[in-house]
Amino acid sequence: MPVARLSHLALVTLACAASLVAATFADAAWLRQQRAGGMAQMRDLVEQLQLTDLCLFTEARYTRHLSQADLHSAFQDHPLGLEHFPTGSLVLPPTRLTASHERLDRETEVPD
Amino acid sequence: MIELKGIHKAFNTGRENEFHALNGIDLHLPTQRVTAFRGPSGSGKTTLLSIIGCLSRPTSGRVRLGERDISGLPERFLTHIRRQTFGFIFQQFNLIKGLSALENVMLPAYPLGGNWRALHERAESLLGDLRLAHRRAAAIEHLSGGEQQRVAIARALINDPQIIIADEPTANLDTGLAMEFMAILENLHAVGKTVILTSHDPLVVDATIVHQVIDMRDGRIVTPVPIAEGCA
Amino acid sequence: MNAWIEKQKYLIDFTLSSLARRKAKNLGLLLVYTLIVFLLASVMLFTHALRQAAAEVLVGAPEVILQRMVAGRHDLIPPGYLERIGRIRGVQHKEGRLWGYYYDPVVKANYTFMVPGNQDIAAGTLLVGAGMARARGLAVGNLISFRSYSGKLFSFTIARILPHDSELVSADLVLISEADFRSFFAIAPGYFTDIALSVANPLEVRNVAAKLSQQFPDSRPILREEILRTYESIFNWREGIVLALASLAILAFAIFAWEKASGLSADEKREIGILKAIGWETGDVLKMKFWEGALVSLAAFLIGYLAAYLHVFRFSSSLFAPVLKGWAVLYPRFELSPVIDGFQVATLFFFTVFPYAAATLVPIWRAAIADPDAVMRG
Ligand SMILES: Nc1ncnc2c1ncn2[C@@H]1O[C@H](COP(=O)(O)OP(=O)(O)OP(=O)(O)O)[C@@H](O)[C@H]1O
Ligand SMILES: [Mg+2]
Repeated sequence: MPVARLSHLALVTLACAASLVAATFADAAWLRQQRAGGMAQMRDLVEQLQLTDLCLFTEARYTRHLSQADLHSAFQDHPLGLEHFPTGSLVLPPTRLTASHERLDRETEVPD
Repeated sequence: MIELKGIHKAFNTGRENEFHALNGIDLHLPTQRVTAFRGPSGSGKTTLLSIIGCLSRPTSGRVRLGERDISGLPERFLTHIRRQTFGFIFQQFNLIKGLSALENVMLPAYPLGGNWRALHERAESLLGDLRLAHRRAAAIEHLSGGEQQRVAIARALINDPQIIIADEPTANLDTGLAMEFMAILENLHAVGKTVILTSHDPLVVDATIVHQVIDMRDGRIVTPVPIAEGCA
Repeated sequence: MNAWIEKQKYLIDFTLSSLARRKAKNLGLLLVYTLIVFLLASVMLFTHALRQAAAEVLVGAPEVILQRMVAGRHDLIPPGYLERIGRIRGVQHKEGRLWGYYYDPVVKANYTFMVPGNQDIAAGTLLVGAGMARARGLAVGNLISFRSYSGKLFSFTIARILPHDSELVSADLVLISEADFRSFFAIAPGYFTDIALSVANPLEVRNVAAKLSQQFPDSRPILREEILRTYESIFNWREGIVLALASLAILAFAIFAWEKASGLSADEKREIGILKAIGWETGDVLKMKFWEGALVSLAAFLIGYLAAYLHVFRFSSSLFAPVLKGWAVLYPRFELSPVIDGFQVATLFFFTVFPYAAATLVPIWRAAIADPDAVMRG
């Protein structure tokens, strides 16, 4: 037959794509192994240097050390919130700032 | 054998524009015959053909196909009967644009799920019989009117139906192509097909291969009478 | 069974031939659709892997950090605090930390200066993060000068560059000896940036924190579990960029579905009529359309997901870098360890494939149940 069947073409293509997607899981496992060393290294570094945060953003104090941010940090927790530092609108303030920190405060006795 | 009893067809029932297209048709169509319906425009020929071909249901009356009363069957069964029993050649050909001639021919067999190779070969040989083998890969809109009609004929034959239904098959053809169509009809009859068609074309209704001409008017069958009298 | 498979293949043949008729338009649709999946999947894979990495790496963070606040600002710990903490039960180890920020006007980058508690750094030398070294073009042995906040110029030799693999936590670090730190930032002896504590019994941590805030009302404790929680919820769906992306995707999909739903032209209706007239059942027409939706959305999902995987884990999420970077000059080069949440992938699959398939089916339904005899009349 001279004509290739479209359905075969499509199904074979999809099957290939599907097996490639399946292969990503194998690839992921392999990469995890490859990168385990780096992860261990970072964990050690965090422990040794007593680091508290990921160094994902370096532009602003409160996003560089996200977990150390305080109540007066300029978080604009809104997709349309405009502020000087773009990263400040990418992340939420730490939950501690809005909830547990205050609770902890309330649990303590009021000093007289 | 097809038998119609007291067929009525009304459109828009109960509304202001209610219209009775068929008013009591009683008819017996023998198998392996070529039957032509003739009548003025609006006399209900197309409506009758679509009821015979299970494309629509009569408002009242009964249709028998062979031994079977098919008037009350649900849509699914009607579709099955339609696909096994009838091949349609429409006045506007009703081919699907953008698909090739070959694909168009194969379409009615798709839901049957038969072997692709066999179907492909059958479609090619049908197109070959109709001298269209060289145009099989062409998109339908690039074919001439006559070629399109032959594709439509091939499509009507792909499931090897017993009954061919053709509505005004020559209306869009010139004399030469119309003659050619009659030759194809003759072949179909020769292999034992039943053909039911409508036409005003004298070339069709006066042809020798048409065994029976049935005149219609206002949704009724006018008893077959010589043409001169019918016109009076 | 064979006939069933064969039939589905025929229906696929037909639907593909139909799609091929408007090749440019349909390829365009597929592309847009794939792009949406790609974006969503990239965000999903990236944020999940990042959260996992944070959880894995930050377990080593100090259990409690005590920071002093003055007038709403983080302030230095004055002498005497460290000693007073010693009296709190359960505190196993305490240590004053020295760290701070420095803006380098040469490359307009921010660094984090820090005194490592565990190792001694020779005076006049620095250990720097790989990102910082890249920004300044530094190699071991190079000399670098910083103008301190007091206006004095300090020169240092680069003793070591921190491993490239650890940029995600160390890209901007400048490790410096305590003496150098104090003179560079003019911090008197006895003062610290904050205090790191370790607590013997993990169940005691909250108690210790409560006691700390009681004893040092001007200070606030930050617990490790809070740090972990902060990064657990980083980039969750509610956050700016993810929300914006998601709404964008949903909008695009709505336009898409609308195009589909309203796009049933007279031609298409007529075609359905023809198919029914020549022997297709209503179910066949619907199945054919189902295949259209399924093939298109499946292709978009598979290609989009594959591209997203490669993007995030093989190309270091390079498309996100400009967004995450903000105004910053320094951006870490990091390769996330691929942790994929199968449930998330399944959710993405469900929300991208099914609505589209449904959107193609619904309008067809109405046309497909119509009587086929309309095709008898032009
Ligand atoms: N769906 C419909 N709704 C309302 N009226 C209809 C419908 N279909 C057909 N009719 C009417 O029924 C009558 C019979 O129509 P039909 O098409 O059967 O005539 P015909 O004999 O085939 O005419 P022609 O020779 O022009 O093709 C016409 O008057 C037509 O207007
Ligand atoms: Mg007619």
